Amino acid sequence: MTKIGVLGLQGAVREHVRSIEESGAEAVVVKWPKQLDELDGLILPGGESTTMRRLMDRYGFTEPLRAFGKSGRPMFGTCAGLILLAGEVVGYDEPHLGLMDIKVERNSFGRQKDSFEANLSIKDVADDYNAVFIRAPHIVSAGEGTEVLAECDGRIVAARNGQYLGCSFHPELTDDHRITAYFVKMAKQAKALLAHS
Amino acid sequence: MNTGTDRVKRGMAEMQKGGVIMDVVNAEQAKVAEEAGAVAVMALERVPSDIRKAGGVARMADPRIVEEVMNAVTIPVMAKARIGHIVEARVLEAMGVDYLDESEVLTPADEEYHLLKSDFTVPFVCGCRDIGEAARRIGEGASMLRTKGEPGTGNIVEAVRHMRKVNAQVRKLVHMNEDEIMTEAKIHGAPFEVLMQIKKEGRLPVVNFAAGGIATPADAALMMELGADGVFVGSGIFKSENPAKFARAIVEATTHYQDYKLIAELSKELGEPMKGLEIAGIAAADRMQERGW
Repeated sequence: MTKIGVLGLQGAVREHVRSIEESGAEAVVVKWPKQLDELDGLILPGGESTTMRRLMDRYGFTEPLRAFGKSGRPMFGTCAGLILLAGEVVGYDEPHLGLMDIKVERNSFGRQKDSFEANLSIKDVADDYNAVFIRAPHIVSAGEGTEVLAECDGRIVAARNGQYLGCSFHPELTDDHRITAYFVKMAKQAKALLAHS
Repeated sequence: MNTGTDRVKRGMAEMQKGGVIMDVVNAEQAKVAEEAGAVAVMALERVPSDIRKAGGVARMADPRIVEEVMNAVTIPVMAKARIGHIVEARVLEAMGVDYLDESEVLTPADEEYHLLKSDFTVPFVCGCRDIGEAARRIGEGASMLRTKGEPGTGNIVEAVRHMRKVNAQVRKLVHMNEDEIMTEAKIHGAPFEVLMQIKKEGRLPVVNFAAGGIATPADAALMMELGADGVFVGSGIFKSENPAKFARAIVEATTHYQDYKLIAELSKELGEPMKGLEIAGIAAADRMQERGW
């Protein structure tokens, strides 16, 4: 069975676990770097990106996570997780993991009072997707190898760059598991590919 | 695009799970909290132990302090309004505060009615000691709960009592027959619909943090062990000798609450924690947990 980890340092971990299981894969809560070895894919959940980064640094997660991505195994970042994956973060000199060829801006829709739900069309996933945005970031620009999957109000809110998938919103907060299922499929395909090489 | 929906308000609290929300009284403390890995800060004029000492009427913080904190950090900023004080709540909402605490730490403005929190775009957290209080606050539109504990005491005993009680009552509810729920609602003064929802989902429909008396990393871990979704630390951090180190230790103990060797390491040489208060030594009228209805 495809095994998907959820980085379990802080945030909406339980919801992602449920969504992974609903999508027919096995879910693992990852609290320590050594757990990464057994995984076929990893979700970086929503939460507070600054908190997750502090904890990642303290427990030596940063390099193992970069190595995980570079090994070709898929990673999916939602909201705070998208910020962790990005190659560039507006207003910061250094990115966090710097894996995905996108530039993101934090809290770009405003404060909590501006948080919202919206109906989206997500390429290859769904054309009627109810997305929940909470103090959400957005993708300011995407590199050449990055495919834009969804936009909201003229801003990029979901994209894929090879094995990296990212979105501004929180698929884990609804019962719609289609985007998680899409990621599980990415992990399954990568697993088959890596087994052959 | 819809703002202020239940999903957006409750979802915001979901993102705070497994984290520590710290009380701060100025920009400098807010930065220490953010640097230590706090998921949010609560902007206050005085921490609860100082409110206790000062006595008199405790009100919403000076908006300048709240503004200063909002400008200092990128993590969410919370602030407290008095129970039932519609205008304090609206003022903080208008300022763009991310989450409001209708809090018994402040002197209540209304001794009969709480705020109708469903009327607001900004989400609310409220304190609870049992399933009745929890369900009433959810019924009024609270998007997040916390134990009341006994704030500003550095004594964990009341937070433990409240967390255990709510969770035991949720477990009982889940195992009851549906035809027994109305009487349970009557006993606890709880809205029937909220109890039915808890029964169906098998848990509270919003996250429940621990608050009120958390003074050490082990206290924070204990509350997580008892089923808290995260912790609020009030007076504990900035009343300790080395706030930055103390704040980091609380954050790590909350993340790895079952890693006892790590908690032992984190607890070393933290300096003197805040001096605690024995609950029995506090006059009934001074117990903040009795406020709210």
